[in-house]
Amino acid sequence: METRSFYNQILTEHNLRPANKHPLEGANMELRGVNPSCGDNITLQLRVENGVVEDGAYVGDGCAISQASADIMLDLVIGRSVDEALHLSKLFLRMIKGKVTDEELEELEEAGALQDISHMPARVKCAVLGWHTLDTLLDPDAENED
Amino acid sequence: MTKQEILAEDLAIRSRFPLIAGHPEIAYLDNAATTQRPDTVLSAIEKFYREDNANPLRGLYALSQRATDAYENARENVRAFLNASSTEEIIFTRNASESLNLVAYSWCSAFLKAGDEILVTIMEHHSDMLPWRQAAERVGATLRFLECDDEGLITEEAFRAALTEKTRLVAMVQISNVLGVENDIRTFAAIAHAQGAVFVCDGAQSVPHIPVDVQALDVDFLAFSGHKMCGPMGIGVLYAKKQWLKKMPPFLYGGEMIEYVTREDATWAELPHKFEAGTVNASGAVGLSAAVDLYREIGFDTIVRREQRLGRLAFEVLSANEHIHIIGAKNADAHHGIFTFTLDGVHPHDIATILDGDNVYIRAGHHCAQPLMQFLQTPSTARVSLAFYNTEEEILRLGECLGQIRGKMGYGD
Repeated sequence: METRSFYNQILTEHNLRPANKHPLEGANMELRGVNPSCGDNITLQLRVENGVVEDGAYVGDGCAISQASADIMLDLVIGRSVDEALHLSKLFLRMIKGKVTDEELEELEEAGALQDISHMPARVKCAVLGWHTLDTLLDPDAENED
Repeated sequence: MTKQEILAEDLAIRSRFPLIAGHPEIAYLDNAATTQRPDTVLSAIEKFYREDNANPLRGLYALSQRATDAYENARENVRAFLNASSTEEIIFTRNASESLNLVAYSWCSAFLKAGDEILVTIMEHHSDMLPWRQAAERVGATLRFLECDDEGLITEEAFRAALTEKTRLVAMVQISNVLGVENDIRTFAAIAHAQGAVFVCDGAQSVPHIPVDVQALDVDFLAFSGHKMCGPMGIGVLYAKKQWLKKMPPFLYGGEMIEYVTREDATWAELPHKFEAGTVNASGAVGLSAAVDLYREIGFDTIVRREQRLGRLAFEVLSANEHIHIIGAKNADAHHGIFTFTLDGVHPHDIATILDGDNVYIRAGHHCAQPLMQFLQTPSTARVSLAFYNTEEEILRLGECLGQIRGKMGYGD
C-alpha cells in the first residue's frame, strides 16, 4: 500500500541501527533542528575543514522518518565538499516536493528511498528536518524554501 | 445481548452515518478529535438553508421568523439535553474553546483581581488552560496547577489542599481527552463553592458520552463542542448560570447583542443574546439540535452500554500486546472509551501512519495537553477514542494491525 511503502528496509534499518547517531568529537559546527508541531528534534554536528565535510553525526528524538532521514543524509554527505552537500540537500528537498528527474534521484542514493513521503503531506516535515538543519548550518544566509 | 443482536444494532446505528456506511473499510477511532455526522444532522442543515433561511432574530417577515424559530428551538433542545433551568443560560458559540474564552475574558474582566488565584488541573486541554493563564496575566492573578496521580485520579483531599482563600475560579475537565478518566465534578464544584470560588467545567469529552445534568452538577459554567457529539463543526455551547451572565460584560460587541445604541453609549440585549454578537450560526445550531435528537432517540443507556462493551474489548486487546503500555487507569471502564498508549520502539507518528495504511484511523501526538504529557513524561503517545457507532470488528482489526507494526519496523520479535 502506498502509505506503507516508505517504511521500507532502508528506512527501518537506518532507524534501528543508525551509524551516525552519536555525539561527534572534534565537531566545529552544530545546530539543533526542531519540529514544534510534533516534537521531533535533532542536533546535527559537523567537522568541516577546508570546505569539506570531514565528519558528521547527530543525536535526537523523534519518529523513524525524521531519525532515519538524518542518518541517511550523513552517510551521503560525509566526505563531500560543502557545495556538494548543499547541492544534495536542495535536491532532497525538491524530491520531497515531487520535482526531481530520475538522474537526480540516483545522485541521492539511499535517500531516494524516502521519495514516497511526498504523498504524505503530514510527514514531509519529519523527512526534511535533518536536511533543513544541514542547509541552515552550512549556508545560514540563504533563504530556506519550505 | 446475543452476537446477532449486537450485529443488528451495529447495522441499525451505522446505517445512519453516511460516511461510515459508505466506507466499511475505514475503522474510525479518533472520535475524541471529532465524530462523524448522521444523515439527520446533514439533512437538518440542508433543510434550514433550503426552506428557512433568513437572518434570524432581526427580520420582520415570516421567513426570518422561521429562521428565528429554528434557531431558538435548537436552543431549547440543548437546554433540555443539559437540564438547564432556562434557555437564557444557553449561549451558542463556535466550540468549547470559544465558550471557555468567553468566560475567561468576560467573567475574569469583571471579577478577577490582582493577587487572586485560578486553579486548573494538570490534565486540562490547552483550551481550558491557556485562556486562564492569559486572564491571570492580564490582571496580575496566579494560575495554579493541581496534579493527578499516575492513574489520573484527583482525590477530594488533594483538591481541598490545592484550594486557598485566594482561589476565585476553578476550571476542571469532566472527562480527560488523554486519560479518559472522569473527575467527580459534583463533589469538586460543591467544595469550590463552599470556598467562594466559581466552578468552570470543560465538558467537551463528557457531554457526548455520559448524561450531563448541569443542575445536578451545580457548575457555574460548562463548555462543549457540537462536532464531538455528531453535530456540525463551528457550533459550540456555553452553559452559564443566569446570575453570572447578568453581571458579566459582553465578550464580543456588534450586531444583535444591543438594545439601544447612541454615539456615546449602548445598552445590551437580553440574555442570551448579549453574548451572541453578529449574525448567529443558525444552521449549526439546527444541526446540533438534530444531533441531540439522535442522542435522545438512541438513548444514553444504549450509548453507555455500547461504549463500555467496546471499551472493555479495546482495553483487553491493547493489554494483550506485551509491547503496548496504556497510560492511566488500570480498569477499562475508567477510560470512557479513550485509550492513550505507547508501543515499545515505535514512535506514535509512525504507528498512526502505518495504521493509516490499514485504514485504521487514530490520533498521535500530544493531544493538545502538553503540560500533562510533560507531567507523565511521555512526550508523544498514540490514542484510540471510541464512539457508540464503533464495532467489535474495528477494535479486533486495530489489535491485529498494532500487532504487526513492530515487524514492519524491522524488529525481529
